[in-house]
Amino acid sequence: MPPEGWALVTGSSRGIGAATAEALARDGWPVRVNYREDEEGAREVVARIESEGGRAEAIQGDVAESADLERLLAPGEEGPVLVLVNNAGLRLDGLSPQLGDEEWQRVIDVNLTATFKATRAALGPMLRARFGRIVNVASIVGLRANAGQANYAASKAGTIGLTKTVAVEVARRGVTVNAVAPGLIETALTEEILDGEMAKAIPARRIGRPEEVAACIRFLASEEASYVTGTTLTVDGGLSA
Amino acid sequence: MATDVSTEQVEKTIFDGLVELGTERDQLSREATLEDLDVDSLDLVELAQIVEDEYGVELRGDDVKDVKTVGEVIDLVVAKAG
Repeated sequence: MPPEGWALVTGSSRGIGAATAEALARDGWPVRVNYREDEEGAREVVARIESEGGRAEAIQGDVAESADLERLLAPGEEGPVLVLVNNAGLRLDGLSPQLGDEEWQRVIDVNLTATFKATRAALGPMLRARFGRIVNVASIVGLRANAGQANYAASKAGTIGLTKTVAVEVARRGVTVNAVAPGLIETALTEEILDGEMAKAIPARRIGRPEEVAACIRFLASEEASYVTGTTLTVDGGLSA
Repeated sequence: MATDVSTEQVEKTIFDGLVELGTERDQLSREATLEDLDVDSLDLVELAQIVEDEYGVELRGDDVKDVKTVGEVIDLVVAKAG
């Protein structure tokens, strides 16, 4: 059994984050369901977890704000955060010649810098516990090109580099750091760009579901994945194969 | 929150921390070098966490990059907590 502690899933009021929070709760973790604005969504996730006998709390916070991150990662009654899923993210698309400084920086701040800061803050207690699981939600756009997403691609490629580097730094202390790289998944982040034609380009001939990504995150966060670190698991129906 | 602490208090914290990380207690002294004690960079990170938990003092990479002996670690923490 892992030591007592919390799982924190950033950006978990809906989509992949919500499905991940529910999956981790089924594994017995008390879960902090983080949201920035969607309090109702977060409370619904907590209610679903509790209805299955799990433990969860909704916790507001903007991952791009250091003070909020500190609060999200503070030890609770159950101990320190021992599972961290850096899921909160956003995209502000545009072709590179027209991509503004603010659109660049905001995406880097939320998707990459916040992932680093949360990881840095979580590692101390994890090292002391000789147990920790960090799973970063990257994207296949961090592995292959997608026009109009230079900022998003840079943030996700950076996340993959961060994942590998931190993984080798802390591997000898029982702390694993991995990433998942979802392809086209039905979420609020993708609903405006998904259409039926896109599915034809995917070997599986369909869009993925948040639960399918959550299942991979749940594995990477489990004790069974103790020898898996520094990897990026693509969850894309074969799109990047 | 940093609080005033004595050198003796910090010495005990650092010694206990190093023992927790695998150093033999009879090898410990202020003069012992971290290299001789096989204290690696990750051990120092953990030691920094112990110090932060105990005294609210944050030790960053820049703070400890030139530290060579156990005594220098102790003096650094005392200075930052003061």
